[in-house]
Amino acid sequence: MSTGVLQQKPGAGGTLGRGPGEAAPGDGGGDGAPGIIGDTARFGLMAFLGTISMLFIGFTSAYLIRRTSLDWRPLRAPGILWLNTAVLLTSSVTLEAARRRLRGWDLRGVMSWVAATGALGVLFLVGQVVAWRALGAQGVFLATNPHSSFFYMLTGLHGLHLLGGLVWFLAVLVQVRRMAYVPGEDGLRLFATYWHFLAGLWLYLLFLLFVL
Amino acid sequence: MAHAGEAHAAEAHAHAPQAFIWRYVFSKDHKVIGVQYYVTAMTMALVAGLLAMLIRVQLAWPDVDWGFVGRLLPMGFQGGAGQPFVMNPEFYSMLFTMHGTIMVFFVMSTAPVSGFGNLLIPLQIGARDMAFPFLNALSYWTFLPGCIVILSSFFVSAGAAAAGWTSYPPLSALQGAIPGSGMGQTLWIVGMVFFIASFTMGGLNFLTTILNMRTKGMSLMRMPLTMWSMMLVAILGLLAFPALVAGCLMLLFDRHFGTSFFLPAGLVLSSQPLLTPEGASLHQGGSPLLWQHLFWFLGHPEVYILMLPALGFTSDLISVFCRKPIFGYRTMVGAMGAIAFLSFIVWGHHMFISGMNPYLGMAFAVGTILIAVPSAVKTFNWLSTLYKSRIQFTTPMLWAMGVVSLFISGGLSGVWLAQAGPDIHLHDTMFVAAHFHLIMAGAALFGVFGATAMWFPKMFGRLMNEKLGKVHFWLTFVTYYGTFFPMHYIGLAGHMRRIYDPYQYPFLKHLQPINQFITVSAIILGSAQILFFVNFFWSAFKGKKASENPWNANGLEWTTPSPPPHGNWPGEIPEVHRWPYEYSPPGAARDHVMQHEPATEAVPGH
Repeated sequence: MSTGVLQQKPGAGGTLGRGPGEAAPGDGGGDGAPGIIGDTARFGLMAFLGTISMLFIGFTSAYLIRRTSLDWRPLRAPGILWLNTAVLLTSSVTLEAARRRLRGWDLRGVMSWVAATGALGVLFLVGQVVAWRALGAQGVFLATNPHSSFFYMLTGLHGLHLLGGLVWFLAVLVQVRRMAYVPGEDGLRLFATYWHFLAGLWLYLLFLLFVL
Repeated sequence: MAHAGEAHAAEAHAHAPQAFIWRYVFSKDHKVIGVQYYVTAMTMALVAGLLAMLIRVQLAWPDVDWGFVGRLLPMGFQGGAGQPFVMNPEFYSMLFTMHGTIMVFFVMSTAPVSGFGNLLIPLQIGARDMAFPFLNALSYWTFLPGCIVILSSFFVSAGAAAAGWTSYPPLSALQGAIPGSGMGQTLWIVGMVFFIASFTMGGLNFLTTILNMRTKGMSLMRMPLTMWSMMLVAILGLLAFPALVAGCLMLLFDRHFGTSFFLPAGLVLSSQPLLTPEGASLHQGGSPLLWQHLFWFLGHPEVYILMLPALGFTSDLISVFCRKPIFGYRTMVGAMGAIAFLSFIVWGHHMFISGMNPYLGMAFAVGTILIAVPSAVKTFNWLSTLYKSRIQFTTPMLWAMGVVSLFISGGLSGVWLAQAGPDIHLHDTMFVAAHFHLIMAGAALFGVFGATAMWFPKMFGRLMNEKLGKVHFWLTFVTYYGTFFPMHYIGLAGHMRRIYDPYQYPFLKHLQPINQFITVSAIILGSAQILFFVNFFWSAFKGKKASENPWNANGLEWTTPSPPPHGNWPGEIPEVHRWPYEYSPPGAARDHVMQHEPATEAVPGH
């Protein structure tokens, strides 16, 4: 009955930290536990994304109120931001390519697609720093005006979340090297959920800061 | 089945770490983490309680010579060398700021939620541990540095934060505004971010565990009401705390990096306008109101993060010791859900005097008064459960009835404060302090004491001493009202909530005997807590050994040894066939039927 531990998917514990032999979903009632919502790690991750969303909703409300003040001077977006956007979206595409291969038993190239994802992630962060320096060269700093304050703060915060994603990425990379993901299964799903969320969040921030 | 159970039990035991440090210090076992949280929170309570004593003595006798206390706390007092010791006004502000901050976040959010939540969730829903044990341990080890940071702020040169537990800018945003606006305020922000990070990890764990790890048969509507309260608290925390993180971050930037999120133009500090070297205003365009909105968007749900677990404990305790099913289980769940939902749309009632549009104020007032409906539902359900029952006056039951009493008395003054009109008169008076100490602080505190007496066997395998517990209850109950009830009266008479020396206004002088009465009562209240700590430690080591189910209760936590082993059940996890409120069913052999007992003809499942 209680084979939950054996059935646990590799990586299902993810970085959220359920070690082997510790409680698995529905463990208590074997296969009969009521009302289980997806797998446990995925549900925990979704709740976490909900929390991150609330953080940025909090900033959004502050932004929308602050931009109505008289001292608001809109910034022009540094051109490199559009390039960075393309880089980040491409990294999502390469991650999907890796997932598709893993699911389809086509293990050739999984490693390169995964590595490409991480490399593009790093490139995005470098690009963001370049954007900061470009603004700095124009004399626009954190405290210059409210729009620049929000720009530096929100891009910085998004960058920190992406940096966290890259730490997770290193764990994924080790797993791929060890061939720890079972072919035919979607072992990269949790990481992909987080990574795509950050891409979506970036598009949202871009819209908030420069389109709205 | 049996075979699998043995195998699983063996496996569970095999995974219990043996070394002391992994077993009791860096443990991933939810029961150990729960006790760690609880003990840390109670230690913080001791500190914050002592701060409250200093506040009260200062209010009652502003010109008293503090003597050895002044010698003990040189950062807060002036005097010595023949002169009497006098408390610094700045230190007084630090006292009430830190008392509020520590009590609200590091005690009353932590002991019931992180303490009892961790202890009880897997035991009550039938799981071997929380969903993410490592995250759980990490959460505690994030909380502890937060405590240390907050406490350490008393020892930095200019002293602890002093802008109130709400930390309104510009006081909190300008480093030079008051001594407490310096390093102490920065440490306040850092400590809060640690706390929120820890609470978020806990919330993720709570929600995932309750939704995904329930044992067979444990449908949501068969969960004890304590579990419902924990689930709602987790949702409140996950959705509300991020707003404060956003606010704290902006505050930090305003303080250290020259931004103007909360700081308007034209600020003057010690008669010097704040200017840039070029002569322009240093800050401009920011809005202190923005902080208030972000703070209270968290702050109001936070009130229910404190309250809901106490309401859950109370429901469960009352049912056990009335030997009756809880009256209106479904309406209880609905009422808690409604309270949790409403808590998100009423934050503006903390800001009635901030100059908001009267129509907006009315909307916030209506929402707030609506909370009276689910609150009344809960009260009447408790009273209906008590009605015509054979009450067993055990210590946990006394605390539960104390919660009901405080919930009613504190709730009634809430109706006054909920409306903009009366609130404009009462805002920032002792009336507000009376209100929230009764309902939020008091109900939560009594809930924690009740839960401690009730679930002590599952923490330490022993029972707390009943006689000592009852003395502790009655002393606390009487002096709690003695301390906070008169505050309504002096508040109505205009006594400010945050004032260093009531003698400075002639119209407050005649209230001084009441202030002194309150202080005497508060000192007895504080001293009575010594009984609790004595009882706690004595019982943990020397108390009467508890059986599996000393209270004859129905929940799953009472089907496993006291204290439960690693993995919670020595064998298979029990399967659930009914709700946990089957007390005194007609036709049954005993006066209660436990959740795991199969349905019979006399007592079908529920």
